[in-house]
Amino acid sequence: MNDLLSEFLTETHESLDVVDVELVRFEREPNNAQILGNIFRLVHTIKGTCGFLGLPRLEALTHAAETLMGKFRDGMPVTQEAVTLILAVIDRIKEILAELERSQNEPNGADDDLIRDLECTSQSEAAASASAPAADLSVGTLTDQVLERPLRPGEVSLDELERAFRATPTPEPAAPAPAKAAVADDERRAMRDRRDEGRHDGAAKTHTLRVPVDTLERLMTMVSELVLTRNQLLEIMRRNEDSELKSPFQRLSNITGELQEGVMKTRMQPIGNAWAKLPRIVRDIAAELDKKIELVMVGEETELDRQVLELIKDPLTHMVRNSADHGLGTPATRRAAGKPETGTIRLSAHHEGGHIIIEIADDGRGLDTERIRAKAIRLGLISEEEAEKLTEAQIHKFIFAPGFSTATAVTSISGRGVGMDVVKSNIDQIGGTIDLKSVVGQGTIFRIKIPLTLAIISVLIVEADGDRFAIPQIAVVELVNVDADSEHRIERIKDASVLRLRDKLLPLVHLKSLLRLGEADGEAAEVFIVVTQVGNRTFGVVVDRVFHTEEIVVKPMSSMLRHLTMFSGNTILGDGAVIMILDPNGVAEAVGSHADTSIPAEERTEETRAVAADTVSLLVFRAGSGELKAVPLSLVTRIEKIAVREIEFSNGRPMVQYRGVLMPLLLIDADARLRTEGVQSLLVFADRDRSMGLVVDDIVDIVENRLDIQVASRTPGILGSAIVSGRATEIVDVGHFLPLAFEDWFHRAERSEAALTRRILFVDDSAFFRNLLTPVLKAAGYDVRTAAGAEEALAIIDADAQFDFVVADIEMPGMNGFELAERLCHDPRTQHLTLIALSSLTSAATIERGRQAGFHGFIAKFDRAGLLAALKQSQVELARAA
Amino acid sequence: MTTLGQDEIEYVTVMIAGQMFGLPIERVHDVFIPERLTRIPLAPLQIAGVLNLRGRIVTAIDMRRRLALPPREKGEKSMAVGVEHRGESFGLLVDTVGEVLKLPASSRDPNPVNLDLCLARVAHGVHRLDDRLMVILDVDRVFALQAEALAA
Repeated sequence: MNDLLSEFLTETHESLDVVDVELVRFEREPNNAQILGNIFRLVHTIKGTCGFLGLPRLEALTHAAETLMGKFRDGMPVTQEAVTLILAVIDRIKEILAELERSQNEPNGADDDLIRDLECTSQSEAAASASAPAADLSVGTLTDQVLERPLRPGEVSLDELERAFRATPTPEPAAPAPAKAAVADDERRAMRDRRDEGRHDGAAKTHTLRVPVDTLERLMTMVSELVLTRNQLLEIMRRNEDSELKSPFQRLSNITGELQEGVMKTRMQPIGNAWAKLPRIVRDIAAELDKKIELVMVGEETELDRQVLELIKDPLTHMVRNSADHGLGTPATRRAAGKPETGTIRLSAHHEGGHIIIEIADDGRGLDTERIRAKAIRLGLISEEEAEKLTEAQIHKFIFAPGFSTATAVTSISGRGVGMDVVKSNIDQIGGTIDLKSVVGQGTIFRIKIPLTLAIISVLIVEADGDRFAIPQIAVVELVNVDADSEHRIERIKDASVLRLRDKLLPLVHLKSLLRLGEADGEAAEVFIVVTQVGNRTFGVVVDRVFHTEEIVVKPMSSMLRHLTMFSGNTILGDGAVIMILDPNGVAEAVGSHADTSIPAEERTEETRAVAADTVSLLVFRAGSGELKAVPLSLVTRIEKIAVREIEFSNGRPMVQYRGVLMPLLLIDADARLRTEGVQSLLVFADRDRSMGLVVDDIVDIVENRLDIQVASRTPGILGSAIVSGRATEIVDVGHFLPLAFEDWFHRAERSEAALTRRILFVDDSAFFRNLLTPVLKAAGYDVRTAAGAEEALAIIDADAQFDFVVADIEMPGMNGFELAERLCHDPRTQHLTLIALSSLTSAATIERGRQAGFHGFIAKFDRAGLLAALKQSQVELARAA
Repeated sequence: MTTLGQDEIEYVTVMIAGQMFGLPIERVHDVFIPERLTRIPLAPLQIAGVLNLRGRIVTAIDMRRRLALPPREKGEKSMAVGVEHRGESFGLLVDTVGEVLKLPASSRDPNPVNLDLCLARVAHGVHRLDDRLMVILDVDRVFALQAEALAA
């Protein structure tokens, strides 16, 4: 295609999208001269370019529209009919453009109908306003202008136009907006105007360049390859220690990372681009159904990958249509329900971790639970008995079932055979999730969570029957380790494997048998369960081993393999091997689609909420090898920066004088280096009079995050990896470093004699907390034994009751901390024990419940000092009692 | 498509289960030793797996299975002939790759009517060499039939 023409098409498409939005705004705010100015300018530009390119049909149409808008600008009252007419013109223009794009020629045909209507409107309104009380006439001299060609349909000569303008009296200022809404409207308008100004200023200043999408795509592919190659190199570097390539490689690695980020950014587009057509759509629906609807859009500037953007455009449009059509009632019904006549649809977007969250909320009538229930039964999705047991939220989920549409009247708007099932499958396809919440009479909120980009995803590498597979991290909720010693155990009901997980039964599927690699080995000594969530279904995938998480570039599968629903693609790992990427959706299908085999979403949400409360402050930093590292903030005494020249060496070990004593400095791993100049950052861990400094490169952030160690580590000093703020982060085991600083950290002479004899049984299902607190307690001089659950604790006490304290977690699978305390208090052999509860839930009610259960103290998790103080105090009391 | 009608055509010869096959040389991208083949669960038997060839993911097709010939013994080495089909890279797993032969069209015979159906579907005639017969492999049909088989 001719460059000029293709540029014209691109620009015009963009302009028309803007005109669409602006017109809808204009209709609501007919007095906003700025909006009108924008529209006028855009249409004028299109007209001008059409003339230049020799596109007579377009030129005539835009001209007629411009004339009418000119009238508006001159003060002719804006009617809904007039705006509808202009919108119709814009639709016609789009049709012509589409044809132009296809054939490079303006299609044949005439637009006399529209042009006549436009002229008619212009004149009749002009006449109407002419009859209004006359105002000052503009005075000026008319210059005759000569057009060197015959007039086209819809055209008037400039002279005529000029004359008409002058003859048209300026109408009275439009009636003031109703007082009630006036203030709010004005404010809103002022805000918009300000924003508009800002936007225009910005546009004037930033230098932009149009780049074909293909170029960006190619760049992206190349960067993806570069990332893969980098990962391969990294793998080689790991095998070859202390090579002189290390530091240049580090630099290469960093640059690759930045390049990847940079290229990704070029693909990012504001989500507002996908919303541009919505105001117009909502307006048309409102007009057609006689409803009053306001569309509020928040977070239009939120960016996401253009590929993802393309994929969610249609589902979003469909959902907004749905809200406008089914969600919101007519002004009459709304009034009857005691609500304002104008319904609101609120569309919002924001970033959360590596995802974008989009919400579509309406203040309409909410979903009709009864109707959905009845339909679900009629369609045979559930039996009547089952339906009785389901909660409202569970029933609402049926709207995502194939072939489900509750609207009794099939309207032209949403009754097009596209249902929410299509929306959901579109969202599933891009690894997103959709959820909804609906309250009768108050409205419905849909919440969509989608990844920012599809090109590079984070996956968990697992092994089944000797083969490795990748599972997208987005679907992974947690990992459960099952072996002879763990509290978890796989049980069977006939052929179905299940796992008790926090008082729920989790259906399990053995990857080995699912992929027909071999028979699941029921006797395997140790397996891992990848708890996976797809939509509202949660299930466990049983694998032999879990390796690590890795960022991978998804490559499409060969067309010969695309029929395999179990895989979504393949990729090349850092070590050069090709690996298949499991499609959680496909796996979910295979697990069985019975709603009752999965943990209902409703309950899960509650659980998630409970877990969400279980967050800790983590200090995220970089040190040594490239991965981000984190340590619970509560363990860090201070973050220090010291001048490098203050670092001294004693016996080859770096030290620094810190608060009058020598503090040893430790390097986190073999890759870590002390800085050679400037200032060195340190994390200071102190315990009584001793401190050690952990050398770090830089502090990245302090974040509130749920600590969920997903992959255990074999590297000393690292407990494992967790997702912190959407990125894989290594959790540092401080306990590993303390004895490195002082050999005798855990068995020092100066610890209190009294404490020596005190024995603690520390009960916590989380290996992380056990690893974290045990050294602390040992360092304080206690003899510590650990148990991974209440049942195990009881067994230990049964065999040897010689403990002084039981420090127990409250939230544990199986028997919880409260039940454990009750059991211990009621057993005469264990009544003497001092029980201290550790919990992330420290509400008054929980503490009271703990006291009743028999706990003597209630300490917040991570309050290390508090725990030691409580132990010490109890010890004094014990001594006094003795 | 094999370029018929010309006087001489060049073929890359391969051995599959004792039978010699010839692939038109312009269809052959490269010849490589398949290493670190990743098997694909649930895939059709003819697909031996996927492998990484210089950063590209190549789908390996086991020609013995594809042609319904006796399967390879465990541990028996194989070679791969790299071909492209509709923009995708494939590796045809064969036993050995032999020399390139320049053959006159005149020594080509049509498929014998009694040729095994599986072979006949992908064979584009037979060349009479001095010491043996070489079946001409129509590369596109190797994939075309695959699709039919999958659809069935």
